[in-house]
Amino acid sequence: MSGSRIFYLIGGFIIYLLIQTLVLKNLVLFGVGFCFLYIIYLILLPIETKTIPTLLIAFGMGLIVDLFYDTLGIHTASLLIIAFIRRPWIKILTPTGGYDDNLQPTILNMGFGWFMTYSLPLILIFNISFFFIESMGTDLFIPVVQKIIASAIFVFVMSNIVQLLFYRRRRGI
Amino acid sequence: MQRILLFLYSLRAFLLFVFLEAIAIWLIVSFNSQQGSAFFNSSNQFSGKILGVKNNVSEYFTLAEVNRRLVDTNAELLAELEMYKKPADSTFIQLDSILTAKFEFKGAKVINNSIRLSQNHLTLNKGENQGIKPGMGVFNGQGVVGRVKGVSKNFSTVISLLHTDLLISSKIESTEVFGSIKWDGKDPQKAKMLYIPRHVKIEVGDKIVTSGYNAVFPEGINIGIVAEVNQGSDTNYLDVTVSLSTDFTKVSYVYLVENDIEEELDSLYLNSEINNER
Repeated sequence: MSGSRIFYLIGGFIIYLLIQTLVLKNLVLFGVGFCFLYIIYLILLPIETKTIPTLLIAFGMGLIVDLFYDTLGIHTASLLIIAFIRRPWIKILTPTGGYDDNLQPTILNMGFGWFMTYSLPLILIFNISFFFIESMGTDLFIPVVQKIIASAIFVFVMSNIVQLLFYRRRRGI
Repeated sequence: MQRILLFLYSLRAFLLFVFLEAIAIWLIVSFNSQQGSAFFNSSNQFSGKILGVKNNVSEYFTLAEVNRRLVDTNAELLAELEMYKKPADSTFIQLDSILTAKFEFKGAKVINNSIRLSQNHLTLNKGENQGIKPGMGVFNGQGVVGRVKGVSKNFSTVISLLHTDLLISSKIESTEVFGSIKWDGKDPQKAKMLYIPRHVKIEVGDKIVTSGYNAVFPEGINIGIVAEVNQGSDTNYLDVTVSLSTDFTKVSYVYLVENDIEEELDSLYLNSEINNER
């Protein structure tokens, strides 16, 4: 892993957090569509990243986002789940011929079909976990399901736009 | 022994996952209660500073609206002041000051707000150094906003009225029947009024105000008007929906109120073993 690559990873971490906590926190479509774009950073980590570094990154990221959302632990717990299942999930989805080295699993590198099967379940699991913990102790089943589905679609669409605009083929942030 | 260690080593990622997840759950359980510590939320110095800077930029876009509100509030206050002027009568009797609760008011600016979750919070730009204490009531010109949860040196976190655990003691202004306002987590403009017995006559459009019983808010601060009355599933109580008078999407400046005799009331309740409603 080269120096510029590490710089891109750290820079991406900070930029995603700043945009999430300062801008996207206030963006809620129709009262149900939350934009948790920062989980895309975790989903787009290079394919060969081991589970332990992913878990540590998820823990740090989740805690910082929780500070700003006043939901201490909820983002962290949900993010840890997708950090843990990310690597097994990538292994299951290995295309014929395996992965190239040092590859980010973006749309540009992997194609739209693969990216959708890869990211959509992870985004859904995050949203299910987040909204169920968040509304625990209340009898809000229907609104919670609305929020989960709307947010998952919103995050997925936003992630596609962000990748097409700001990522380059094979390399990038 | 070596094989056990090797086995544990092969499970290291899973063990780390369980360990970190346990920390996260511990955080959820211990810091998301209403009286939780103020350290790990948006009122700590680090996130408070960043939010403060962000608010300095974004407040320019709402200045016109804020000005209009301030003028409105000023006008109302002036009208109210007129009422308290002493009548031109030589036999004016002052009510005993012991009978009136002693409230102190402070102003603050909202630098962070959320309305779409089921447990919403606000962050204010004043804290311990400016005399803010946990438990103070928060309202603005339109009505009740919430209650202070925790304070740091220069910032404080407020549980919004839009929080499914917050109860606010309230009453119907015309009939003096009292109940509790609680948000049901659905619409940020509607809340439920609990514990209104079935025999009470209540009309759509009745005004709901704070009751002054739980010593957090003074009596008579606006909460909203009755929007809907249903028989409900509970056999003892009516199902009353209140449309809130505070527009939580536009809360920008708030007032905080502290009751000087709250401690005395609290210890009185404690001694007589009554659970005061929070």
